Amino acid sequence: MKRLTTAALAAIAFLTAGGAAVADYPERPVTVIVPWSAGGGTDATGRIIATMLEERLGQPFNVVNRTGGGGIVGHTAIKDAEPDGYTIGIITTELSMYDAVGSADLTHEDYSLVALYNADPSAVFVKADSDFQTIEDLADAVRTDPQAIQASGANFGGVNHLSWVSMVQGLGLDGGQSNWVPTEGGAPALQLLASGAIDVAVVQFPEAQALLEAGEIRALATLGNEPNPRHPDVPPINEALGVDFAIAGWRGLGGPEGMPEDVVAALTDAMEDILASDSFRSQMGQLNYGVVWAGGADFADYLENRAEAFGAAISSAGIGQ
Amino acid sequence: MDALKLAAGLVFNVETLTVIVVASAFGLFVGAMPGLTATMAAALLVPITFYMDPIPAVAAIIACTAMAITAGDIPGALLRIPGTPASAAYVDDAHGLTRHGKAGLAIGIGICGAAIGGLFGFAVLMFAAPMLARFALNFSSFEYFWLSLLGLSCAVIVSRGGIAKGILSLLLGLFIAQIGLDPLMGQPRFTFGFSELVGGISFIPAMIGMFALAEILRNGRGGVRAERQVPVANPFAGVGQTLNRYRMNLLRGAATGSVIGALPGVGGDLAAWISYSVAKRTSKTPEKFGTGHPEGLVEASATNNAALSSSWIPAMVFGIPGDAVTAIAIGVLFMKGMEPGPQLLTANPHNFYAVLLVFVIANLLLLPFGYLAAKAARHIFKVPKSYLDAAILLFCIVGSYSINNTMFGVLVMLVLGVLAYILQSRDFAIAPIILGIVLGPLVEQSFTTSMTIARGEIVGFFERPIAATLGVVTILTWIVMIARTTDVKRLLRKRKANSG
Repeated sequence: MKRLTTAALAAIAFLTAGGAAVADYPERPVTVIVPWSAGGGTDATGRIIATMLEERLGQPFNVVNRTGGGGIVGHTAIKDAEPDGYTIGIITTELSMYDAVGSADLTHEDYSLVALYNADPSAVFVKADSDFQTIEDLADAVRTDPQAIQASGANFGGVNHLSWVSMVQGLGLDGGQSNWVPTEGGAPALQLLASGAIDVAVVQFPEAQALLEAGEIRALATLGNEPNPRHPDVPPINEALGVDFAIAGWRGLGGPEGMPEDVVAALTDAMEDILASDSFRSQMGQLNYGVVWAGGADFADYLENRAEAFGAAISSAGIGQ
Repeated sequence: MDALKLAAGLVFNVETLTVIVVASAFGLFVGAMPGLTATMAAALLVPITFYMDPIPAVAAIIACTAMAITAGDIPGALLRIPGTPASAAYVDDAHGLTRHGKAGLAIGIGICGAAIGGLFGFAVLMFAAPMLARFALNFSSFEYFWLSLLGLSCAVIVSRGGIAKGILSLLLGLFIAQIGLDPLMGQPRFTFGFSELVGGISFIPAMIGMFALAEILRNGRGGVRAERQVPVANPFAGVGQTLNRYRMNLLRGAATGSVIGALPGVGGDLAAWISYSVAKRTSKTPEKFGTGHPEGLVEASATNNAALSSSWIPAMVFGIPGDAVTAIAIGVLFMKGMEPGPQLLTANPHNFYAVLLVFVIANLLLLPFGYLAAKAARHIFKVPKSYLDAAILLFCIVGSYSINNTMFGVLVMLVLGVLAYILQSRDFAIAPIILGIVLGPLVEQSFTTSMTIARGEIVGFFERPIAATLGVVTILTWIVMIARTTDVKRLLRKRKANSG
């Protein structure tokens, strides 16, 4: 009996001593909220991140999908969690938009920002038998009558819509004049494009890859400042049309505001290590997701910059309140 | 032929076969647990597939989901908890058979119908994948709009309790689908400022509540009494006879499933409903449908798994996922360097054939695994009904909680369960409500999208050839449906009498 008590006391002493030390976060399983459904890109990359955090920090990182409301439900759940580091989540592009659109009272300032791990510009696609051979052809047609070109790629106010608005704006037109066909996302928009119902699809390369290789559709331009490494022939928009671009989908890791600094630092360090690893790069590469790193304060600057660009596009599109 | 040999080598080795068996067992468990879905099973498997070779990785996802979806019919038959929106189409017949003491037959038909449908789907994948994929690419929002309206009309036609009540049920379902953010413009509707309602009413808790909880309430109304429990006999006894009797239904169901299943987005959910209603329309005894009649069950369960196979066609050929499961599978394909696209069929046909072989094995495994599950289920019925109902209630709560890990799901389940109990005691059909919830967003989206493309011109809905055909079929269905109702018949007779 006495031995047992001693052992228990020793165990307690050990545990409390451990608890006091910073390096021991996490001491119990961590919940990782993914605000989008299983099967999407955020879920896929979020699960890779969770598995790798688990390997590095030695505790289970359990992915929980909290879906609905265009990501609002999940983002709110992350924001409202106890800021102890045991509930964190994947935050996504939509966070740059809720406030400007007026759909939810959420901005990046409501979160403890850990790290950016992915950013992907969209690209402009047309059907294989389309009259538009180059992005200039399309730009001319848009200049002539922006209403006549039916474009799609996401819901109204989604990142692909705003990319399109930004491009139309860059051509010297009022972004609100463009004709956007709302769909639920990239796949239905590509289906519309391939069936000949619309003229242009604005989606990301991974989504369009198979149709591209099947010769059903063609890519006219990348909506970024650099060519996509897998599609070096597709010109970036600033090169082709001289339109500058700051809108891109992004994904990062964050937690509720007010998380202990050492916990955020521990997570940021682990993320830096993950992003530098070959296995992360190869997995992201195979899924065709771009790896972009920005930790802590850099991540905050990045999001500040995005909030401005998205805000401008949103008010130009006439969506904001 | 060489490709086929190579494919066989990829599949028939210890590692792949072990993975298939283990993933199937996992899928069986998840599918048979009310409230756990095939999507969840697939998502849980993904991190494990990181450590596997390409073919076993894809095999794991295929085997697990095929098994989970079919196993979902077991709680449907025994407890009236359908596993998927598709199986809600025939849950009343499956459960009806159980109540007549033929639980074994209900499960047996479900399993064998699924296996045959799945193998049929394999044949379609093998010979017609590129063709069917090209056909599916012709479907724009206009075609989807008509197709989903046709599906909804089918739900009304098959519903018991009359067309008028069927339409009311359907409208209730469509209303429930309206709750939450408008899918395209992101405007909140009927949310009253609750962030939980912004996410909308997800159909799994709704389905659990409306079928299972309502059933428990109905059992409970009679008070606790010692009810004789029905034994589960050998699930394969009499199945061959039944399937042979309805072999035309079986074939037609599998064919319907293969074609409709290839349409990304709607296929899987719609196909079973459409073929169930076709079975009812063409049956000699339509009045028996919904009471435990095997005819519709045979046709719809064959459709279900055939659609499951062909839903992989647009995913593999054009990278367009139809549902969450195929979206996850596409992710795994990418990850393993087997990028979806036509080159999957041409450049590396052995990979494609290997995937097909996995389909065959997974569908054949349905038979022994289903048999074991049915044998195990027998023990459930040794428990007195009142205790069993308490356990089912527990499953209802856990299942609806686990969808989004919130108590809100449980609340949805309770409210809709009580609502369904009241509606059912007044002879309203429940199935159209479920289909309304599932297809409501699709009808709305395809309508809004189409109207935007057509710039508000309604003629646009008839300009494309397939859309026009589907539109005319849908409208004709409505006309026939209305003309058949007794009120209209009476009215016409009166007119005739007056004028004559």
